Amino acid sequence: MNKEVLIRLNGITKSFDGETVLDDMNLEIHDKEFITLLGPSGCGKTTTLRIIGGFETPDAGDVFFDGKRINDVPPYERQVNTVFQRYALFPHLNVFDNIAFGLRVRKLPPEQIREKVKEMLQLVNLRGFERRRVNTLSGGQQQRVAIARALINEPKVLLLDEPLAALDLKLRKDMQNELKNIQHKTGITFIFVTHDQEEALSMSDTVVVMANGRIQQIGSPTDIYNEPINAFVADFIGESNILDGIMIRDRRAKFAGQEFECVDFGFKPNESVDVVIRPEDVDVVAPEAGQLKGLVTGVTFKGVHYEIIVDVQGFKWMIQSTDYVAEGQTIGLSIDPDAIHIMRKSEFSGMFGDYSTFSDEFDPLDLTEEKNVSLPEERAE
Amino acid sequence: MKKKQSMIRAAASSPYVVWSVLFIVAPLLFVLWFALTDGNGSFSIENIRGLSAYGRTFVMSIGFSLIATAVCFLIGYPLAYAMARTSRRIRNILTVLIMLPMWTSLLVRTYALMALLDNGGIVSNTLTRMGLLNGHLNFIGTGGAVILGMVYDFLPYMILPIYTSMTKLDIRYVEAAADLGCNGTQTLFRVVLPLTVPGIVSGLTMVFVPSISTFYISQKLGGGSFDLIGDTIERQFQNTVTYNTGAAISLVMMILILISLGVMNHFTDQKSEVIVK
Repeated sequence: MNKEVLIRLNGITKSFDGETVLDDMNLEIHDKEFITLLGPSGCGKTTTLRIIGGFETPDAGDVFFDGKRINDVPPYERQVNTVFQRYALFPHLNVFDNIAFGLRVRKLPPEQIREKVKEMLQLVNLRGFERRRVNTLSGGQQQRVAIARALINEPKVLLLDEPLAALDLKLRKDMQNELKNIQHKTGITFIFVTHDQEEALSMSDTVVVMANGRIQQIGSPTDIYNEPINAFVADFIGESNILDGIMIRDRRAKFAGQEFECVDFGFKPNESVDVVIRPEDVDVVAPEAGQLKGLVTGVTFKGVHYEIIVDVQGFKWMIQSTDYVAEGQTIGLSIDPDAIHIMRKSEFSGMFGDYSTFSDEFDPLDLTEEKNVSLPEERAE
Repeated sequence: MKKKQSMIRAAASSPYVVWSVLFIVAPLLFVLWFALTDGNGSFSIENIRGLSAYGRTFVMSIGFSLIATAVCFLIGYPLAYAMARTSRRIRNILTVLIMLPMWTSLLVRTYALMALLDNGGIVSNTLTRMGLLNGHLNFIGTGGAVILGMVYDFLPYMILPIYTSMTKLDIRYVEAAADLGCNGTQTLFRVVLPLTVPGIVSGLTMVFVPSISTFYISQKLGGGSFDLIGDTIERQFQNTVTYNTGAAISLVMMILILISLGVMNHFTDQKSEVIVK
């Protein structure tokens, strides 16, 4: 990956009607990078994108593009193009005219426009759609037109605001791959906004996890997943059991009433910490062979594995296992030292990671909304 | 159950049906009847044939109302555009200011305009006192006064439908245009104007139709020197003998208006609805 910084956000603060949406945000975006802003609704990710696109002006802080401050540069003078949420294709124009829009504004000769639109249609697999009206297209097709309409201007940066949110699951997976391919082919920096953690992990070079208008963690998808910095990130990215614990000394943690060997170090002796254990890292063993013992309270078949909810001294763990266990059975849990991840306490401690209220019925959006509502209360305490 | 529902529906709509039969359908049939009969009540197309004498009146009326409609559009469109983009407070104030004259009788407004602009009126006197004018304004009685009257009376009907379609315009289209390199003017012509065509067509219609059929504006402000279709029709109906000619002129004018509505509706896209009143 290219290490040249293309966009730099410096202490960006933005509030709407007295409510702070972005709080002293700092971010560097590198050339040719696929970077994803990930977070629940209301975390400030879309506002960040709109500030880069020029549709919002920050209350404080500076936006630098290629080293130049662009706070006051209007959107039409920025070398940035946007794929809008729900696309915003011009309803009075057909597919060709929508894609040609930017080039016509720049008054390119018609033959050249025709040539480039053709190229774009090929890139997004929409050959032969030139004369179609945009409202006769399917969601996936409109999506591609929106991408073509933005890319034809050869921007340095493409901003994508939840571009796949309106598509069904199968199509979304296909478009994820297609977007990734397009980014590779064109070498354009992509700034992608989503609330879908799986999407973020599978597409990005860099993931920026946001909550409450602040960046929680920046890292590669594997870093973010394996080394979450706090309870929010651990819970938002994938499934996590997050327990209250104490770091007795280096490589020795205590949680769930037991001492465990682990690989983390650098904490104060007896520092209180959050302990993360991913569901797939817990092995189901015979009750007497496990480090912990619990009662199975729920089993859900997920295809690849079973999702098992286990009550260990009142704390509900989630475990993913390919072996079937029955509800009501007592089982042992075995955890390897490198499956234990220790995090410092944060404002999010104690808010996530217990599966006692867990339900598959929840729409992921509802879940994030719920978390969102509960956050400010927690902070006020 | 279903029968009962449909009976209720019929009962609910009956006042309107009675109303429209009495005051819309019946008069139209009368117009048709008078236009196609002679004084004795027997079928005749002489009335229509005799209309060639009024050719100049038709042309002048169409000319006046086209100019008035164009002026209304040139004033109304930018105003509606600006209104849709100001703060809610200013927008509300402007809406009230535009609606306010509509609560006053058109006739009163026209007389007011006359009083203001006539020789010896406020404008004339003030300008004379300021030394900008030597005696008389001599504006009432000119074609300009007739146009001004039409614009003044019908401007709200241009602004409001355009303003409505402006507020309905999704801001994302404007942002998308800016994103693709359009400055303000380019956004206006490439995106806003085409997407507000339904409002424009409504506005044009709602100004053109009353302008072409008005009679008191030309009588009062034109000082009697501009005889428009409306005036001609009014005169014919003041005398029972010329009912047939009046009806024939009305019929032809209605057909002309319907044709122009059809043409205008053609410009709005298949799916976008047009308010025709």
